[in-house]
Formats: sequence, C-alpha cells, structure tokens
Amino acid sequence: MTISSEPRHLDARYDVLVVGAGPAGMAAAIGAREMGASSVLLVDREPDPGGILLQCIHSGFGLHAFREEITGPEYAERFFEQVLDHEVDVLTDAFVMDVTTDRRVKLMSPSVGVTTVDAGAVVLAMGARERTRGAIHIPGDRPSGVMTAGLAQKMVNLEGYLPGRRAVILGSGDIGLIMARRLTLEGVEVVGVFELLAHPSGLGRNIVQCLEDFDIPLHLSTTVVGIHGRDRLERLTVAPVDDERQPLMDRAWDVDCDTLLLSIGLIPDAELARDLGMRMDPLTGGPMVSSTMETSLPGVFAAGNVVHVNDLADWVSQEARVAGEAAGALSTGRMRPLEDIRLLPGDNVGYVVPHTISSDHNQTVSFRVREPIYGDTQLRLGQVHRRKLKAAVPAEMITLKVGPHLLEGFTGDALRVDAVPFDADRDAKGGER
Amino acid sequence: MLDPEPAAVEGLITMSVPVVHDVIIIGGGVVGVTLARALSRFDLDVVLLERDAEVGFGVSKANSGIIHSGIHADPATVKGRLEWPGNVGWLRLRDDLGFGLAQVGELLVALAEGELATVEALHAQGRRKGVPGLEPYRQDQVRRAQPNLSREVIAGLWAPTAGVVNPYEAVLLIADNAARNGVQVVTSEPVVGIDPPVVDEPDAPIGVRTPTRSWHGRYVVNAAGLYADEVAAMAGVPTFTIHPRKGEEYLLDKRLSGLVTSIIFPCPTETSKGTLVTPTYDGTIMVGPTAEATDDKDDTTTTPEGAAQVFAAARRLVPGISPRDVIAEFAGVRAVAHTEDFIIGPTDRPGFVNAAGIQSPGLTAAPAIAELLLDVLSDEGLALHDKDDWQPRAEHPVRFAQLSTEEQAELARREPRYAQLVCRCELVTEAEILDAIDRGARTLDGLKFRTRIGMGRCQGGFCTWHCMQLLAERQRVDLPAVTKRGGGSWLICERDDADARPSVELGG
Repeated sequence: MTISSEPRHLDARYDVLVVGAGPAGMAAAIGAREMGASSVLLVDREPDPGGILLQCIHSGFGLHAFREEITGPEYAERFFEQVLDHEVDVLTDAFVMDVTTDRRVKLMSPSVGVTTVDAGAVVLAMGARERTRGAIHIPGDRPSGVMTAGLAQKMVNLEGYLPGRRAVILGSGDIGLIMARRLTLEGVEVVGVFELLAHPSGLGRNIVQCLEDFDIPLHLSTTVVGIHGRDRLERLTVAPVDDERQPLMDRAWDVDCDTLLLSIGLIPDAELARDLGMRMDPLTGGPMVSSTMETSLPGVFAAGNVVHVNDLADWVSQEARVAGEAAGALSTGRMRPLEDIRLLPGDNVGYVVPHTISSDHNQTVSFRVREPIYGDTQLRLGQVHRRKLKAAVPAEMITLKVGPHLLEGFTGDALRVDAVPFDADRDAKGGER
Repeated sequence: MLDPEPAAVEGLITMSVPVVHDVIIIGGGVVGVTLARALSRFDLDVVLLERDAEVGFGVSKANSGIIHSGIHADPATVKGRLEWPGNVGWLRLRDDLGFGLAQVGELLVALAEGELATVEALHAQGRRKGVPGLEPYRQDQVRRAQPNLSREVIAGLWAPTAGVVNPYEAVLLIADNAARNGVQVVTSEPVVGIDPPVVDEPDAPIGVRTPTRSWHGRYVVNAAGLYADEVAAMAGVPTFTIHPRKGEEYLLDKRLSGLVTSIIFPCPTETSKGTLVTPTYDGTIMVGPTAEATDDKDDTTTTPEGAAQVFAAARRLVPGISPRDVIAEFAGVRAVAHTEDFIIGPTDRPGFVNAAGIQSPGLTAAPAIAELLLDVLSDEGLALHDKDDWQPRAEHPVRFAQLSTEEQAELARREPRYAQLVCRCELVTEAEILDAIDRGARTLDGLKFRTRIGMGRCQGGFCTWHCMQLLAERQRVDLPAVTKRGGGSWLICERDDADARPSVELGG
C-alpha cells in the first residue's frame, strides 16, 4: 500500500470543493470548471480517483457518456483525463471529516495533515454503501465468509484473491449478479442467487448475461433464514416466503457453502449531509435537492448515488455534471433558477429526484416504480405531461425531460408523478393537486 | 510509538528447562485478566493461558457491558457480596487505565401496581448493601428523567452508581497492563489436560498441558468461564457443573442515540434481570439480553424467537424502539454454575483454586473477585510481596475521533499515519490500527474490539481489506493467514491452490 504522505500545498479557499472522485465527483468537478469556477478541489479518500468504478472490471459502462461500451476502470480513466485537462486540483487519500453550513471543510490526509479549507460551493458526491447483514438481521452464527458483494468484488478484481470456494448470493441486485458471473469465471462454485422479492432487483440484461448464460439458478421469493458455522460459514438455511415476505419454515432447506455474498441494496452514504442538518428524503435516504441538485443548504450541492441510487454510472455522471455546473455558476455570482414547483411521488412511484423543479430551464426528472408493471405503462406528470412506456420495473430508473414548454401554463405549486398500468389510467383521474 | 517491527509474541517460544510459575491462570476473560493485573502488583511469576487467539474473546466480549449499580444481587450470596465492591473497583480500574466507563445510572421501572413491591424490595436491598444515591421516582419524575419511556411506567428507582463500559476495551487494557507488569499472557494456548497429583508430594507444582507443551505452577486458578467445570474435572475436582445460558443482544442505529440516557431496567424475573435498554458507552442503544438455557457452550447464535422476545420486551419500556433499527446483533453465553452462585475458593486439590460460575453480575464483580482470590491464594500459602516498580497506569491508545481538531492536527504533524483514514464510519486511522496490532491484536475481530473499526454503519464493508493488509504487513504473514477471530475463521483464499485451504467440508 502506498501512502502519498509527500507534503503538499492546498489553497485556503476554492470556488468549488467536490467530495468524492467517483463517476459523480469527477463529472461535477469538470462541470464546475466549465461554468467558470476558477479553482476546484476534488477530494477522495482512496489512493486513486475513480471510486467503485475501479473494481467494476466488467463492461457496460459509457454507452451514454461515450457512445461505446467500456469497463469501469476505462470509464474512470477517461473522466479523470478530463479532470486533469480541466485543471482541477485533486487530493486523494484524503477524508472530509466535516463540512459546516458556511462551507468550511475539515479534511485529513497524510499529505496535508488535518486542515480546513473554505469553499464557495460544495458538491457532495460520496456515493452509496451496501446494506449489510445487520440491516436485514439474519439469525444464526457470525462466522467469517459472510460479506457484501462489493467487498468480494474488491477482493477478486483488485486484489486477486477469492472470497471462498462455494458461494451463495443473497439478493439479486446488480453487484450480486455481476459477482455471480465473476466468481464462476474464477472457478468458484456459485450455488444460486436467492431473492426475497417476487421479481429480480437487478437489470434485466444482468439476469440474462450473468445468471442464465452460466446456468446459475435464481430463486425468487426465497431468502436466507439461518447462518451456520462457528469459525467459517458452513451452511445456510433458506426458505421460500409468502406474500407478506414471511418465511415458510416448513419448506426450508439447507445449502452447504463457505461464502455468502450480500447484494441486498445500496443506501446513499449521506452521513455528511445528515450531519450538516440538511433536509433529507426518507424515501431515498439522501438529501432533498433542487433541479440544479442544490440541497436545502445554500451553496451545498449533492449528486449521484448519495442522492438516490442509480442503475448506471452514466446517469450519475450526467446528474453530477448538472450539480457541478450549478456550483460553478453560483461561485461566479450567477443567480439561481426560481424553484417553485415541488415534485411528489404519486401512484406506484417509489421516489422522485429532484424534489423541486423550475419552469426556467430544462431538467431531468428521475424516479422508480414501486411494483413492476409488465405491460403498457402510463407515466403522468400531474396533468402537464403523459408518456407511455412498454413496461416499468423497479430495477430500472425512469427519466423524464421536463422543460419550460411543459410548465408554461402550469400555475400550481406541486406536481405528482404517477406510473400506472395503461388500462387503469383510463379510469383514474388526473394527478394534479 | 509506531515500532516498525512486529510486536514480539512473548512466551510462545520460551522452551527449555521446566519453569515453575508461581501462578497459572487458566482463562483470559475479565476474571482471569483482572486477577492477572491484581497479581502483577506482587513479586510473582504469573502466566495466563488463553485458548482463543486473543484475550476477552469469550463471554467477556459478548455481554451487556453494564457495571451494575449494586442493588440487584442478594447479599446472602457470593455474587451479592461482590457486586457493590466490584462496582467501586471498576472506577479505580478506570482511573488507572482510562478505558471507557460512564456512570450513566440506572432506572428500574415498574409497569404495574404489582411491581411496586419489587421496586421497594430492591431499594431496601440496595440500602442494606450500602449503595449510595438511591432515590424512588414518582411517575412524573420518571417522565422528566427519561421522556421516551412508555407512558405505562408508573414509578421507578433511580440508582446513579450504575455504569456502562466497553467490556472488551476494558479487558484488553487490563491484560495489557498486567503484561506490562510482567505477567506472561499466552494466547491460542488451550488447556487440554492437568497432570494428576504426584503421590506423596502434595507441594509438587501442578502440571498444565496444552497441545504443544506443559506449564508448571505452584498455584493454578481456574477462570475458564464456560469450560471451568471441564478444567476442574481435569484437575480431579469435578465438584460443580456449568449450565450455559444464552443471551441475545441487538444494537440499534446511532440515529437513536439519546433515546434513553440511563440504563432502563424492568422489574426482574426469576432467572434474569430482564430485557434492558442500555445506552452503550459508544453512544448506541442496545437492547437485550434474553436468557435461554442451551446445551451448547459455543452457541452464540441469534434467533428469530430471541429477537421477537427482546423487541417485545424493549418496546414495553421504550415504545420508540423498532427491529428496523438493528445494525448488529450478537449472543453471549453466561457460565452459570449449578448452584446459581459464584464458586470461588480452594479445592480438595492443593494449589488448585476455582473462580467459576461467574454469571451476572460477573463483569461488575470482577475487580472484587480478583481481590477475593488474592485472599484465597494468600490463605493457601502464596506469599504476596509488593513490587517496587509496579506501574498501575496504562498508556492509553489514542482515539483520534475523540480528540479536538487541534489535537488531531498536532498528532498528524508528528505522524502522518494519523491522517490516513481506515474506517470512515467510526473515524479510525491507520496509526491507531498499527498501535492495536503492536498491543496484541492478531485478528480482524481483535482490531474491531480494540479500535471500533467495522462497528459502524458499513459493518466493515469498506475497511475490511485495508485492515487485513495492515494485519498481514505488520505481522509479516501472507494475507490468507489473516483470520476473523483465529481458528478456522479464514477470510480469503488463493486463486491457484485454493483447494489446499483446510477446515471446511464442502459437498451436497
């Protein structure tokens, strides 16, 4: 392990300081510079920029950002080249300990020690963390061999070790599916993927390319109900669940394995935001944001998985660019757009980001459905906009472009976003209120 | 402070002529290490043998972490006699060693008229035992003191002397200090046999066998916790049996920090003090324990039934508690003797002394148990001569997260590794990890209990690898040799020769 403890110089003040150099942070830093910020500091806690992209050595990145399919590290590298081209100051191996409401940032790093920096604007881009065993509390022993899929991904892809020899994956999130394939390729026996819900949590393409192509069984409506093994994991008890997601113990069975990977969802890693006392969205676990990704604290922006968990790094970068551009614009004294319309999750919508929109400019609205609709789906944005989709599943985030033309005649203060089966839509009344 | 060499593992390779130690302590739990430190005041040769990879890995790390106020146990019993002096002893230990112990006090509450008599009885018992500061609370006083308690609470008893401690941190610092004062602490050294007495030589040293060698001691103290009955049987004095009683505990998200600010006790039942709501020293809320008899001394499983029981009981006390807020759970097993009391004293085997059956309030009583054992050993003929150079104070490990910004900046200037973050959730730095390894951490769990790495929201998802690397580098072993808690708890295997990895039956 290398520690860059070479002392280095930091300015006392930056126009924009970006926390996290993953797909969100790098895009935000670029956006900030392009909109005129004269000094931008990009801080990351790892030795190298790129965030989780570095361990995502599979392809599937860049289809939107670069119009070609590349791997995570390649995606990170391309963005980082742009970061350097844009003369962004980059500080790695550095951890942001605290941000105050007047944007004084306390950070630590072997190269600068413990110090504070003032920022004209701050962009929070810390990403997400994986839910752990504690979050779903599985009873039983606490042996080694139970870990999040992301940790296993790091062990295998970055460090060249295997997490075990015979693995079970709990949860059909994308990381778990990708790890099922990865482990199989590395010679680890993947016994199966178990998913509590009746539908997969990951993208359809990953179900096909990571499980079906490798004959890895996917057990829907089934979960792990017991962990056995004093020292190392030896065995799991799994059971189907009923409609209330309660395990049917009389139909439980045992699976021998030495490894259990948890792919049971991501949560915004938003502690800094919480500590700052900004308004949080209980539905996403991240901060509430405006159409320019500004939080409830003026001058503090947030973007990417720290706001809501995206399915593609490309979406993260797009969203973060908006945040970075707005932070850059703000730092040069340009005014904010007028944010006067709240967005509310309506029928069958789990959450909506951003939380407010403006009729001043074009913006992207992202949301997820709560229950899957396998057929024609009507999307409604209040009564100002309707769109038909072929299907809508929770695993795939839906985006809507909302511009001034749609909002021209709108005089209310809130719009509801609904996503319902097309037939039901005919009988339902409009969602405006 | 940051020695680039791996810590010397003293004693592991001390072979040659049989050495006769003055005292061999079997078991490195809170009782064993507290006794070891007490003995380290005297001019004695003491060795402590621990079967696990580190001290405190048994019952001592998996309990409620409560220093009881002193009111609970009946003074007619040994545990009742030692409870209150133990409480006082902990404060002295804390002052010497500086581990985390906060006197948050306890509030025993009555939820029904029928429980008022119990509250009054415990109040009277506490007064008889000399516990200071006890105060009966009316309903309105309870509400003012703890506004998040159930509205069903009708009265309470306030006992300010109760405290919360990091039991593992305390055990580790006590063991560290004992070692610094000359006690040889040997881990991964399970006792597998004790030699029979030598005929006609009652004063001959007692031979204690481990898988690789024999140890000889003039006195042997059996502080083997759950296995104390088996150790006593090895010594030829099978006078008691241990009946494991499991307790499950659930830790809640830090968000709930402050929900209660004192330990909340329901009125006790026959077998247990009931399910408590505890503000731990580190600011999380813990609920538990259960009290289930089990046949298996190593049964530290948590169960759906246990969780249901804990949360049903906890919500009667504090309705705002929900199983949704669980971030971690564990279970510990109480070493309950068939007598339901501590078994402390000499045996028919000369030189062999028991410190067994140390169930609740065993953690609280530990310092008093150690003092009692000194008396027992002295009565048995062990000469206790004060040492001139005894160092009661420990150099306390740095807790970077708890320092002021100025102190943090100063440390980082002196040692850049203090500015290298490892655990983002609990803010633990690389320098702290290396210091913990130098103090004897050998495993991931050992690091966790010493530094809190991996105890936060991500539960080690982000920092596990970094910690494994530091453990491997500092001890100069290969990464796959790093374990979670010793034994067969391996973490990773090599790509090529992974089949060579032992200990797991694969099949089916």
